[in-house]
Amino acid sequence: MYRAQRLGLKYLTASTVMFGAMVIFGLISSIYFVRPGFLLNTFNFSTAKIVHINGLIIWLLMGFIGSIYWFLPQELQCEVEGIGLAEILFWVFCAAVAVVVAIFIFVQYGTASEFSMWFINQGRKYVEAPRWAAIGIVVVAAVFAYNVIGTAIKARRTTGILTVLIADLIPLLALYLDAFPEMSNMSADLFWWWWLVHLWVEATWEVLIGCIMAWTLIHLVDASRRVVESWLYVEVALVLGTGILGLGHHYFWIGTPHYWLAIGGFFSALEPLPLLGMVVHAVYDAGERHLQAANRPAFYWTLAEAFGNFIGAGVWGFMMTLPQINLYSHGTQWTASHGHFAFWGAYGCGVIAVLYLVVERSRASTGLDGRAWRWSFALLNIGMVGMAGALLVAGMDQAFFERAIGGSTWSAFLSMQGRPWYNQSMWARLLFGLIFAAGYAVLVYDLLSIAKPVEARVREPLAAAGA
Amino acid sequence: MYSHDPSFWRAGAIATTVFMSIVLAALTIDTLRQISPGGPRVPSYSVINRAVTYEYDQQRGEYVPKIGGEELIFDHKYTPQEAAALIARGKLVIQSRACIDCHTFFGNGAYYAPDLTRAWVDPMWARYPARKRSDRLAKFLMDPLRLGARAMPNLHIGREEAEAVVAYLKWISSVDTNGFPDRFGAPAAQ
Repeated sequence: MYRAQRLGLKYLTASTVMFGAMVIFGLISSIYFVRPGFLLNTFNFSTAKIVHINGLIIWLLMGFIGSIYWFLPQELQCEVEGIGLAEILFWVFCAAVAVVVAIFIFVQYGTASEFSMWFINQGRKYVEAPRWAAIGIVVVAAVFAYNVIGTAIKARRTTGILTVLIADLIPLLALYLDAFPEMSNMSADLFWWWWLVHLWVEATWEVLIGCIMAWTLIHLVDASRRVVESWLYVEVALVLGTGILGLGHHYFWIGTPHYWLAIGGFFSALEPLPLLGMVVHAVYDAGERHLQAANRPAFYWTLAEAFGNFIGAGVWGFMMTLPQINLYSHGTQWTASHGHFAFWGAYGCGVIAVLYLVVERSRASTGLDGRAWRWSFALLNIGMVGMAGALLVAGMDQAFFERAIGGSTWSAFLSMQGRPWYNQSMWARLLFGLIFAAGYAVLVYDLLSIAKPVEARVREPLAAAGA
Repeated sequence: MYSHDPSFWRAGAIATTVFMSIVLAALTIDTLRQISPGGPRVPSYSVINRAVTYEYDQQRGEYVPKIGGEELIFDHKYTPQEAAALIARGKLVIQSRACIDCHTFFGNGAYYAPDLTRAWVDPMWARYPARKRSDRLAKFLMDPLRLGARAMPNLHIGREEAEAVVAYLKWISSVDTNGFPDRFGAPAAQ
């Protein structure tokens, strides 16, 4: 095993730990909706929410970085350039995350001063991390980009997938510089903030996970590189062709000009296309292989990624993206429903697929097909669909009764909190959140216990079936 | 066949990305011009000295902010420099307390507490004349009351910080948001 692959394992382990932190703080956040006075003035909703959504970003980023450190040396058949520096920065990254989480939990907020921005909380959603930590993330990402590009230079060759990855890392890094400014004008602030949030999540991250899933398919089911690369290019064309101007669906109501309604509505309506393409391809591949692969958990999580991305990001996004609906659905729990489902389908399932692939390859044996992964697969997906469904009901209730009929005022918002449909949905979300958390616990148990040499006997028939 | 050659698809991917990026860059330049304070959609910060309401516009078929005559907050007429400094301070308070991680602005945020885009013109506050309204909002921010199913935490906002936030809320309520939110306060008007 290459040193970079061992580093990849560390990142994936850290990613799984952050996944757990995100789940715990998500559960805490959901309690405030059913018990509004919960921990008031001690540990406010905003604090729980900040740790929840930043935990989301960090577990996925660490999952991506870990996956790439795992695949890269295999792709080029050589050790990663600057691996020593990367190993040091892993621990710096982990320490910085721990310090920031501790500041969020124990200090929470500061006064209106530059000191607060630099050392406590920047108070911009998803990029709350104080500036010193944001600079740290830039340094980690820059070293990571140097590792990837330097290795390609050292190896004096590249591949189609790697070229796409390198071309994607540059805007990914540049966009993050958006995490620093503090502008008076909220319209301009949100305009640039969406460059970061949308062009990460709906453009550069989609390309990144596309590269990771391409490698996963090559290693998992021995997919043809020519076919996978062609698909990756088609996906990049469609994702960026629709996603770059799809940015406009965030510019309907923030003070930006009227033309964004037409541009954003049109291009974001097309955004599900690449995701549909992936589902078609996944169904075709799965049928051709009769749902068999040597590594069944990774194979099923890959399929879950294709379907989850299409349904959660594509269908759920399309449902609320045209301005005529978005005028009422924007800023309700409907958005939260879409956010949960999309992040899970597009990214969460993909990282878990890599986890299973890496567990298989890094341990002596492939005894992967037990009962535990099926339980965790079912519990996590049922939990997520349940949460997304519950939040959708709550959001539709808000869109129609608080917004369209209720007049969108403070009192319309407050009286919505007492409506039975809304409240029942919030209880349902908490219940399905617990199911999701149980799925996470089984996942961790499974990842720690599977593929031990004693189970080596399982390998033969499965390998035969996958061949 | 050409479609079996990855380089055909690669050329398509590059061309599409470059084209869309150029269109986005052009639109960004125009948008930034239109949303700079004092531009056609975002009033200058001195608007805090004027009356602001949010009304249905027959011609546009949507709700739009209307700027009226002089209407002071905190009994003070702010110079353009004072207004800009106050708004900058208000934004810093909003970021330092992470308001957006409970509330929403322009519908962006955390959906746990009311949207603040039109807080200044919300019937709950707009029933008071501007002078009283600004004072009551500032007091609320410093020592929040429980409102129905939501209790806002005490975030140790000082008087000076609270006044900056009130000014900010007044300014932001004057931004043209293409009719968001719709039917604002409609039942209350019946």
